Amino acid sequence: MATILTLLALLSKFVGVVFLFAAALGVTRFKDTLQRMHAATKAGTVGAIFVMLGVVLQLQRTDATVVGLAAIAFLLITIPVAGHLLARATYISGGSISGLAGDDALKGVLPREERPLEERIFAQLASQAEEEREVEGRRRRRG
Amino acid sequence: MIETLDMIVGWAAAGLLVFLLVPLAMTFVRMVIGPGYADRFVAVDMLTGIAVAIAALTAGATGRREFLDVGLAIALISFVATCAFAAFLERKGR
Repeated sequence: MATILTLLALLSKFVGVVFLFAAALGVTRFKDTLQRMHAATKAGTVGAIFVMLGVVLQLQRTDATVVGLAAIAFLLITIPVAGHLLARATYISGGSISGLAGDDALKGVLPREERPLEERIFAQLASQAEEEREVEGRRRRRG
Repeated sequence: MIETLDMIVGWAAAGLLVFLLVPLAMTFVRMVIGPGYADRFVAVDMLTGIAVAIAALTAGATGRREFLDVGLAIALISFVATCAFAAFLERKGR
């Protein structure tokens, strides 16, 4: 019995690491923020849960099982919520949806900025620097 | 028999721990180069998932249960951090 559980633990940990590897590959290779999020939240969650399950099966102690199962339940509850919030914020703040195959189904449902946040911040900084340069030039001409 | 199997499983956990450094590095690269803020936040979320797995595998490799608590704490903090990042992005995005 213990031998079977130990072998199951080994298999579970290996499956979890393979899933984490796939998630990292998706985060690196996909071309769109929301596609990367799809890889990171789903495959990443499954990988972490399988690794945790494998360690619980390996240790075979009551305290480890309780903490491990609590961690698994917590991951299952929170990662969908966090992923939803982050995806919604990405859409609203104007992140790229260039990888979309069909129509933008959220058009008119959620407000959406034209340009992503970093572009707007850089444009604002550039206009501020321009204004300062103008003020400086005016002062120099007067002096 | 059981003792050798336990030892093998412990060493396997250590080996998988080393193997996990590859996804960690790939996600870190995405966090550094990621074109937008959203990409970086997604990469940070993924990094905490890998950190939970690393804490669990450390518990398996050393046989100490306390590292599972570390994994649980990292999962807790990552949820709050991701919510804060999302709120920042949504508020600044308007």
